[in-house]
Amino acid sequence: MFSIKKIYQPITLAEALEIYTSNPQLKIIAGGTDVLISLHHGKLDDVELLSIKNLTELTGINYLTDGTIEIGTMTTFTEIFRNEIINKYIPILAEASVSMGGPQIRNNATIGGNICNGAVSADSAPTLFVLNADLRIVNNEGVRIVPITEFYAGPGKVKLQSGEILTHIIIKKADYKGMYGKYIKFSNRKAMDIAMLSVATLGKVKNNKFTDLRIALGVSAPTPIRCTKAESFAFNKTIKEELIKQISEKTLLNANPRHSWRGSKVYREHLIQVLTERALKEIITMSGGKWHE
Amino acid sequence: MNEMKKINLIVNDKTYQLEVDIRESLLDVLRNRLHFTGVKEGCSVGECGACTVLIDGVPTSSCIYLAVFADGKKIRTIEGLEKDGKLSKVQQNFIDEGAIQCGFCTPGIVMTTTALVESGNKFTDEEIKREISGHFCRCTGYQKIFDAVKKSLDDK
Repeated sequence: MFSIKKIYQPITLAEALEIYTSNPQLKIIAGGTDVLISLHHGKLDDVELLSIKNLTELTGINYLTDGTIEIGTMTTFTEIFRNEIINKYIPILAEASVSMGGPQIRNNATIGGNICNGAVSADSAPTLFVLNADLRIVNNEGVRIVPITEFYAGPGKVKLQSGEILTHIIIKKADYKGMYGKYIKFSNRKAMDIAMLSVATLGKVKNNKFTDLRIALGVSAPTPIRCTKAESFAFNKTIKEELIKQISEKTLLNANPRHSWRGSKVYREHLIQVLTERALKEIITMSGGKWHE
Repeated sequence: MNEMKKINLIVNDKTYQLEVDIRESLLDVLRNRLHFTGVKEGCSVGECGACTVLIDGVPTSSCIYLAVFADGKKIRTIEGLEKDGKLSKVQQNFIDEGAIQCGFCTPGIVMTTTALVESGNKFTDEEIKREISGHFCRCTGYQKIFDAVKKSLDDK
């Protein structure tokens, strides 16, 4: 049995915020695929839970009139992966979603939980980083919007205060329109495994030059990161094999991977370059550019 | 004092009113309280798929799903598949294809396969492999399981 002292199961967000405000010690449980495993392993103990599983208002994906896409945090990875809006406008997020866990995990694990868990290996994170996703966070007093790139504080840590609930992930039209993306997850097993390293790239090519390029990495630093130095280096340069190599090398200027049993630092640095190269070639091809003479 | 909660469970079309300990997983309740022992406990952390049941039609690892989450939900286990002593088509296909050895992983995979068949969707071979990738089998080497799943999807 899990070491749970108490569980609240509100059915509206208002009710959940009320409970959370008066019980700041509560631990939020969303899909439960991380929290219950932590409890099983004894990493959490005697915990009081606030289940947001019944908050149907936080489920689903909306396409707003200005082209903004809003994803409720309680939307599962299966729902995202099968969603028409996502597949039509931001297929890279579908690709990232289906790489996560296995089918039964994806059926219950939520994108909000994946983010708030703060894991450096979170499969949704690099993609949401390149999409410049905004997070809508509410508490009893109001709403704040935080760019996901400023949300992570360290391994397993995010900037969420007690009393606050992440409700939606917001992706603006300017961040996906005309852009092509590729997510590559590298892990020991093809399914049911955590990323040893992950790369998301998103870009726009005009006259065989990157007019916009974004690269994000997972498991390459204490938080998911954007490779801002490589990105600005790539801007408006003519695409050639040599350029792709240089961009991939420059990703290391932002990365600082660690050595762990899953992979050594040196191996991860190698993966960062190789996978970035592969992902860049994919998006260049998709956007009708070419790197060979 | 352990906190208890009253829940309604519909398991294989039968309604159960239960008082469950909030610390219990759905797996605990299905096996130990209701004796649906076809639901197997393997890894206990959602990685092996042996405990897979359908919750409102969706394959779910019942070991990492709290019993209190299941209030009002329709649960299906392997015990609910045969009708009047006759195995379901999926069950029969697993036998016909020799997809069972020790049998421990079988109930879970049969439930996932049942959900795939009932979804009415078509699956490529690669998609079939992806959809059953949440089940570990330590006997068969997966080819016969794949064959049984494919046959079940072709059968419809």
